[in-house]
Amino acid sequence: MTQAEIIERINAFLVDEFEVDAEKINPDANLRETLGLDSLDYVDLVVIIESNFGFKVVAEDFINIHTFQNFYDYVGRKVAEKATV
Amino acid sequence: MSPFLNKIMHNRVVITGLGIWSCLGTSLDEVTKSLHEGKSGIGMDLERKAWGYRSGLTGVVKKPELKGILDRRARIGLSEEAEYAYMATLEAMKNAKMDMSWVEKNEVGILYGNDSSAKAVSEAIDTIRLKKDTTLLGSGSIFQSMNCTVTMNLSTIFKLKGINFTISAACASGSHSLGLAYLMIKWGLQKHIICGGAQEVNPFAFGSFDGLSAFSIRENEPTKASRPFDKDRDGLIPSGGAATLILESYESAMERGAPILAEVVGYGFSSNGEHISNSNVDGQVRSLNMALNDAGLTAKDIDYINAHATSTPGGDLAEATAINEVFAESKPLVSSTKSMTGHECWMAGASEIVYSMLMMQNNFVAPNINFENPDEASAKLNIAKTTTEKNIDVFLSNSFGFGGTNSSLIIKKIK
Repeated sequence: MTQAEIIERINAFLVDEFEVDAEKINPDANLRETLGLDSLDYVDLVVIIESNFGFKVVAEDFINIHTFQNFYDYVGRKVAEKATV
Repeated sequence: MSPFLNKIMHNRVVITGLGIWSCLGTSLDEVTKSLHEGKSGIGMDLERKAWGYRSGLTGVVKKPELKGILDRRARIGLSEEAEYAYMATLEAMKNAKMDMSWVEKNEVGILYGNDSSAKAVSEAIDTIRLKKDTTLLGSGSIFQSMNCTVTMNLSTIFKLKGINFTISAACASGSHSLGLAYLMIKWGLQKHIICGGAQEVNPFAFGSFDGLSAFSIRENEPTKASRPFDKDRDGLIPSGGAATLILESYESAMERGAPILAEVVGYGFSSNGEHISNSNVDGQVRSLNMALNDAGLTAKDIDYINAHATSTPGGDLAEATAINEVFAESKPLVSSTKSMTGHECWMAGASEIVYSMLMMQNNFVAPNINFENPDEASAKLNIAKTTTEKNIDVFLSNSFGFGGTNSSLIIKKIK
């Protein structure tokens, strides 16, 4: 899966499942503030990443994810690691 | 009555809003039409047969589409029955002229009947077994799985600030929710309470009940399968949805300019103290008499009885005997709307008040469809075989549940 495909898939489920306005998604925007995430929403983010990309996010990984770009990069790395394994 | 109760307030309690989501329709108008036409809401669920059910008969209830009405956070906590309850409550609050801005500034409570959330629980356990990871259940599972799923979710969605809990009393859950709301308002502890009953409709919910051979197997004639009081009845048909009623003090309703639809005047209850699933005439008679005493009425004052009768051989026999014991002289019209809806279980005690209210408002008694030949006990009752145009001033509704829990409510027209 290319990085562009990963970004496209992430944006699609954020719009569909998290009901965020597509126009508000941009790489430099703050993920938590834009999506209005609370502690329960992070659990759902874990579920949706697992169902879309086949890996489980651990809670600590979210500490370093601030922007959408951070999120895309994190998922991209994990998908690449999984492919390597 | 205890000395304590003599000293406290005795407010009049009125109904100001109704809402329904059932196999007879998803609005008050649609359900009124179905009741008047004697239309059955029963069909077949072939998935149940594939699962090994003895009977695939079920009430056919439409699933609401909530995307676009509720935001994601609100939606994902709703179990199937809580979705029905949300739709019924939305309708009831609208009819009661209770808008969100008023609700946020006032102490509105919720007491709702529900006694299972089997689908949510079963699916969660399947996911844990498959994934070996509880996080992957997502955040909504817990709020769907608990028995209080309806009150937990609706109190949050509607921003309710009053009493807030669920009544689990088997097939009398909905009726007891109204009874308790009535007592709390009567005694001055609350002014406005949303109450009702909800019931999930899916293969997860009814397997154990099917296993008792409690369901009708007249699968070749679904609309004729539910036949309360008929001598050829062979069991009940599980059904569901949700019904909501807004109860409040008369003073509160007047102050708000709310439509006053009727008054709750009597609540009777009892426990059989006997078998876990068999009915008991004595327990039912005590519940009926307690409701009449509470209302200050006698048997002859009751114009219509909405019977609990579910179409099981033993249950209907006991209820016909109990009704005849109390109402032998006055012989009010009796019908079981379960002949059309099937048994709405945790919801039934509330939905049958809604159905009876619609009859009262539109001057008719809905038929006990499929009542063709009486048995020895039902022959003594005045059962409405067909739709009967009639003024109803006072009606009584029975609900009885496993464990021997009994509830009778009496509702009176406001004149």
